[in-house]
Amino acid sequence: MLILKKFLRDVPAVLGLGIIATVILVALIAPPLASLEAVYDGNLMERLKPPSAEHWFGTDNLGRDIFARVMVGSRGALIVALSVVVLAIAIGVPAGLYAGYATGWGSELVMRVTDVFLSVPQLILALAVAQLIGKGLESAMLALALTYWPFFCRTVFSETRRVRNTLFVDALEGIGASRWRILMVHVLPNVASPVIVRATIGMGFTILTTAVLGFLGIGATPPMPDWGLAIAESREYLPDSWWAVTFPGLAILITVLGFNLFGDGLRDLVDPRLRRSR
Amino acid sequence: MTRFILRRMLLVVPSLFGLLVLTFVMLRVLPNDPSAALAGENATPAQIAAIRKAYGFDEPVWKQFLIYLKQVAQADLGNSTNSGRPVVSDIAVRLPATIELTICALLFAALVGIPLGTLAAVWHNSFFDHAMRIVTVGGLAVAAFWFAIILQLVFSMHLDWLPLRGRLAVGTPEPPAITGLFLVDSLLTGRLDVFWNALQHILMPAFTLSLGGLASIARFTRAGVLDTLQKDFVGYAEAAGYRTRRIIWVYVLRNSVVAATTQIGLLFGALISSAVAVEAIFDWPGIGSYAVTAILTSDYKAILAVTLVVGVIYAIVNIIVDITHALLDPRVAESL
Amino acid sequence: MMLQAPSRSSGPALEIRDLSVVIDTDEGTAQILDHVELVLDAGSIHGVVGESGCGKSTLLKAILGVLPKRSRIDRGSIRLRERELVGLTGEAMQREVRGRDIGFIPQDPFQALNPVFRVETQLMETLATHGMAGPKPVATDTRSMRTQLVALLKAVQLPDAEEALARYPHQFSGGQRQRLLIAAALACAPGIVLADEPTTALDVTTQLQILKLLRDLAATRNLSMLFVTHDFGVVAQLCDSVTVMYAGQTVETGPVREVLDDPKHPYTRMLLACHPERAKELAGIPGAVPSPLRPPAGCRFHPRCPEAREACHIRRPEAVSVGSDREVACVLYEGRSA
Repeated sequence: MLILKKFLRDVPAVLGLGIIATVILVALIAPPLASLEAVYDGNLMERLKPPSAEHWFGTDNLGRDIFARVMVGSRGALIVALSVVVLAIAIGVPAGLYAGYATGWGSELVMRVTDVFLSVPQLILALAVAQLIGKGLESAMLALALTYWPFFCRTVFSETRRVRNTLFVDALEGIGASRWRILMVHVLPNVASPVIVRATIGMGFTILTTAVLGFLGIGATPPMPDWGLAIAESREYLPDSWWAVTFPGLAILITVLGFNLFGDGLRDLVDPRLRRSR
Repeated sequence: MTRFILRRMLLVVPSLFGLLVLTFVMLRVLPNDPSAALAGENATPAQIAAIRKAYGFDEPVWKQFLIYLKQVAQADLGNSTNSGRPVVSDIAVRLPATIELTICALLFAALVGIPLGTLAAVWHNSFFDHAMRIVTVGGLAVAAFWFAIILQLVFSMHLDWLPLRGRLAVGTPEPPAITGLFLVDSLLTGRLDVFWNALQHILMPAFTLSLGGLASIARFTRAGVLDTLQKDFVGYAEAAGYRTRRIIWVYVLRNSVVAATTQIGLLFGALISSAVAVEAIFDWPGIGSYAVTAILTSDYKAILAVTLVVGVIYAIVNIIVDITHALLDPRVAESL
Repeated sequence: MMLQAPSRSSGPALEIRDLSVVIDTDEGTAQILDHVELVLDAGSIHGVVGESGCGKSTLLKAILGVLPKRSRIDRGSIRLRERELVGLTGEAMQREVRGRDIGFIPQDPFQALNPVFRVETQLMETLATHGMAGPKPVATDTRSMRTQLVALLKAVQLPDAEEALARYPHQFSGGQRQRLLIAAALACAPGIVLADEPTTALDVTTQLQILKLLRDLAATRNLSMLFVTHDFGVVAQLCDSVTVMYAGQTVETGPVREVLDDPKHPYTRMLLACHPERAKELAGIPGAVPSPLRPPAGCRFHPRCPEAREACHIRRPEAVSVGSDREVACVLYEGRSA
């Protein structure tokens, strides 16, 4: 297991994996563990209390325990990010496969569409789309997926093109191998690694962007324990109640850091060639 | 060289056209009743009908697109439902603020990021290199809006070292508008007090905005330098007796920076995205905060106009980047 | 047409004794150079010949002190005239030796010059760094350096010398680029030049031109040249004397004519027999070059040697003298002294 050994030597990547594992663990055990009262029902007598033995992260303006909300918030963050990435892959990978394999104007068209989506910075596009299809978490997710699929499309396109241009694909088609089979057996394995790397980094990026959208009031709505939303709600109570803003933000930072570190490590492992843009 | 510039500018045309199509689709296709959406939440049926006529929503799609193109060409993107003024003039007024902020952030990110990345590559696998890696990944992981709030908390609210928001302190006169960039204009007109004031105000927003960029620049400078260090001409330079400092900071850096210029174009896009949040937090009167207000008040025309404008700016920046790339690397100018 | 080697002046230009270079890899420590012995006489052109992987490039790097990371000189001595180079810091080497006392001509003219800088900038770099220090000091203001460079470019027979300086490397052909690199190597008038297979990447006609150029330059400037190559034909045309290397060991040394006419070491014989001009049929040397990580014990050639004896895999054979200036490292010749 030379690859495993090599991975284990990359300390930041292992750290990243550890963080991700912790966050997933928290997301799994927090909801049953944290009592729903702590998350949704606040004790107004206890509002805006600083961190203490009873409330590790303090309480927010509705008296809710911030620690519980941050822990439960991890669930929403992970589910949303995963859904966005899966959706982006579902759109981007087939598009990339098609564009890379076909050589006619269909391929050109797909790549031009990709370029257009990439010609607007992502958040702006997400904002515009989310605004136009209506507010709410689902539309935010769709908007994010629409801004992220081009990255998968591009990656898959270049890999597919590269494989397609090798002589053996022509030879295979010459002896009658079906296109489908060629894609499945020869192209997909090559494409899988960059896609996985891109997906991991995409998780981190999506969590960040979802937080921004939550902060702006698009996407998560009260009383969801969304990290971005929590920061928005607590902002007006600064500078006194600093804990309400700090801890959700730290949660975002650590989680995204974990995905980024791990994604980096994956990239180095999977293809040293891809090292270029780290 | 001029041929290269011309050809490069021509390449932009399909992208811009695609952008127009995209914004048109968003305008037309997505909302259930586009005319109602455009008229705003409190529009009367008469206003909605007027919009329907003006935009031609009853007409076939291709005709609508032509109407749309005509509107864009005349810089008529409608009026904001908030300000009541033409969206285009709203944006024009606010654009310099965003440009000033973005340029400051980019400059800082480059001035700090490039040396850091170079050193990390030269001291490959050292403690510094590993520390840098975690720091840069952290820089990309930090939520700009949250970091902005924390900065405000510490430096404004607690320490009272820096102003909380805005471009200038309330009551300070704006410098005469030459470029629209306060820092430049105040220096050009000798108003050092205004300069100082503007500088204090831009410090936190620019720093926040620069974080992601700094991390990115450090990372790809590091990758570029590492790559370049493997090249034959570096080995040759060493064997031929060049001084090490010169090899790194003159020869290697130039090659790495050349490779990195294309990355800077992509970076700009990310910067604009982050600028939205940063401007909102610091009450920076640019197009980012304008977009946020537009979102919150469902001001469709404003949002679409911002999308269009940002897309165009992005395209222009990419052209400039490509031209700079060609200037730095003569082989590029002869391709295309 | 061979050049008569001028009479030996005050001792050898370069003397390498018992040089060993190792590299630390993930799979262990590999011995790249093993007890290498080589003498470069002043004013002569000495060839170093061997297959890919025999360590000839590493030898040059060791001399210049630019070994790659994780490799180092394990033991041995490299004397530049009277001066010991092993143990000098990188800085000292850069300041006093590289580009100044020893010039370097790299292998690949297509990759050695930095593509984003004008030729002038790069050629001037050594002059600017060492110009005042060499045997023929050159003032380091741009004008003087440019004059000097134009003279150099004319000496290497590059057409349009003045214009050439303003151009970029990719605007020159391979042969022209190699001339530029030769000019760069000679910029500070070093006494010794190390050439790492400079003609390998060129076509045959250009190769001949470059070889002739090198021969003439060496004669007019009284250079001592160490010329690394895998091609015996080149050695025959250019060199006065030659050292044959195999798998990091020096196996035979001597004047070119003698080694070519009467090769002593079994490897030399087989290598010569493979050369297209001599081979009667397509022959190779059976077996493969050993990995430096697990070299054969004793003489590294013994697994492929048709004359291998018992003693061959017990210990490495010492170099013995078999004529004037001739040495062979083979058990076949031990016990017989000339």
